[in-house]
Amino acid sequence: MNRTPLHPLTIGVLLLAGIAAPLLFPAYTNQAAVLWLMIVFASTWDILGGQMGYNSLGNIFFFGAGMYTSAVVQIGLFYDVGMYTSGARTTHIVFTTAQYFSGFALGTIAGGIGAAALALVTSWIVFGLRGPYFAIGTLGVAVAGAELIASWEWLGAAAGISMPVFPGAPETQKLFFYFLLFGLAFVVLIFLRWLYSTNFGLAINAIRDDEEKAEAMGLYTRRYKRVAWSISAFFLGIAGAIFGNMTGFIEPRDIAFPTTTFNIFMILMVLLGGKGTFWGPVVGAIVFDVIKEVTWTYFLGWQFVTLGLLIVIIVVYFQQGIVGWLMEKYPARFGIRVAPKQSDQYARGLGLAPHPEVAE
Amino acid sequence: MEQVLANISVLAAMPIFNLGLLIDGLLVGSIFALAAYGLALVWGVMNVKNLAQGDFIMIGGYIAWSLGRHGIDPLLGIPVAIVVLWGIGWALYRTVISKVITRDLFTSLLATFGIAIVIQQGLNLAFGPDTQSANADLPTLSFAGELITIAAARVVGFVFAILIAVAVILFMKKSRMGQAIRATAQDARAARVLGIDTEKVYSFTFCLNAAICGAAGVLVAVVWNVQPFLGTTYSIRLFVIVTAAGFGNLPGVIAAGFGMGVFEQFGGFVLGAQFQQALIVLLLLAVLAVRQLQQLRVRQAVQ
Repeated sequence: MNRTPLHPLTIGVLLLAGIAAPLLFPAYTNQAAVLWLMIVFASTWDILGGQMGYNSLGNIFFFGAGMYTSAVVQIGLFYDVGMYTSGARTTHIVFTTAQYFSGFALGTIAGGIGAAALALVTSWIVFGLRGPYFAIGTLGVAVAGAELIASWEWLGAAAGISMPVFPGAPETQKLFFYFLLFGLAFVVLIFLRWLYSTNFGLAINAIRDDEEKAEAMGLYTRRYKRVAWSISAFFLGIAGAIFGNMTGFIEPRDIAFPTTTFNIFMILMVLLGGKGTFWGPVVGAIVFDVIKEVTWTYFLGWQFVTLGLLIVIIVVYFQQGIVGWLMEKYPARFGIRVAPKQSDQYARGLGLAPHPEVAE
Repeated sequence: MEQVLANISVLAAMPIFNLGLLIDGLLVGSIFALAAYGLALVWGVMNVKNLAQGDFIMIGGYIAWSLGRHGIDPLLGIPVAIVVLWGIGWALYRTVISKVITRDLFTSLLATFGIAIVIQQGLNLAFGPDTQSANADLPTLSFAGELITIAAARVVGFVFAILIAVAVILFMKKSRMGQAIRATAQDARAARVLGIDTEKVYSFTFCLNAAICGAAGVLVAVVWNVQPFLGTTYSIRLFVIVTAAGFGNLPGVIAAGFGMGVFEQFGGFVLGAQFQQALIVLLLLAVLAVRQLQQLRVRQAVQ
């Protein structure tokens, strides 16, 4: 773990990259926005998966929950939700600029809080489970969420909801959502860096390393697990609220609770970058997003086969991830000091130091 | 909601309907029990939770469907599916599974999930996303003055499922390899010390499971239908069955398989077919919650 805060230079580079990207490559603003979303996904998944050792297959639940909460708040502030969802495809309902932005702001906050509240509720179901049962249980929660909304007429059921239309030019809309997602990713990174430097970070690491022992040492593990799960849910809920407004149309199975796309991407990005490291999820998200864009463009139709193969290859052959591999290769660069092996010291003492290439 | 209540009152007013649903449930439950046995085998012997189980079933189903389209009786697909899936199982074991056995459980879960996605999408590219059914030209039998109707296909499926299950169980009990598998499940290290080639046992177990799934898939295609993405629903179902029973508990797995069949028939009748997936997922959550409460009594987590 790392107790140093982010270097001001790193923050500067991050801000510069975030602000310069849409100005330098205006054609790719949406792709860049999705990249920041992916960084949020990976970093929030890593709170549980990497730092706490609880591999969730259902974090997407909070993304969808935030999306639908914000939709209900945004529409419900000015219209009747049931009427809107049943008639949105036949009548055109207009939101004024003030209505849109006030609804959007309140909806996003409500999305985050609602998702965190749902995390507290679901924690009763999932945190008595360990290992694979936890993974399957959380996947069950996510699928159940999608199925529930898909059969809920008031929320538009499987047909989905058309979100309020952004009052402004398409270019402004792109930049607006880009900067929101960039801002969210920036806040998440700063917050997580701080979080991991506190005792809370130590506690969840202790849970990962040995939960029984952590509990025996007096940590109230259930509370830590619940808080970590809610933090993850809060940011995912906000991300969901923003993304729902960005796409303009939400629907339960493929946009709000996409268990086989975004949900798996989160895990893959973290594994690819390096689990339990601060920069791993970020690096993994960037590399994965580039690979994904390329395969989606050049192997259309085969993209999901490629995705499945990618899962197998990463999981089986490259699980330490890019940052994990670098840490192993150049530990000194990451501030890790490696004590020389006992046998080497002994051999040196006798003047029999082994050949450096042999000394593995 | 009114529809649900109306359906329940139908069941209450006409007890004979319950009997029909019960028989139907037991007939289809036999196929679940067969495939769940395969899952429990791999789980118990290798400690690998195979999330591609349902997709193996779908491959078997598509084999039966392809044969049926060429005018061959789909039930003849059982030996074909067994051979083909044995081969697929072996290839997967060699390339992927053998490398994840010793790793932590999430690794095997995720690796088999990746395999599941590849199979689903491969089937989708090969056969298209439509729902298909292998028609074996079997009549529908009716009893009690047309009140109970049972498709003969289900009876045939039941008979074959029982035959295959009995063959597998006899194999496990009597043969040398079966003994070796059981020994490895009990204590892999001791088995190795006593000269059992556990690597061979693992590979054989995984292939056997794939073959069982293939045979079950043929029956699924004859009794219901196949579709590339239905595999996940089967995987969750089987996972529910094995979790509810505990993987070391063979009679329990079989009983839970039948229970799942009955539960689905009644649930589908009362709530309507569109809630099938939701029902299975809710059952999964319920089973996990109950297991937690049981474990809580002995102050342990479900792991």
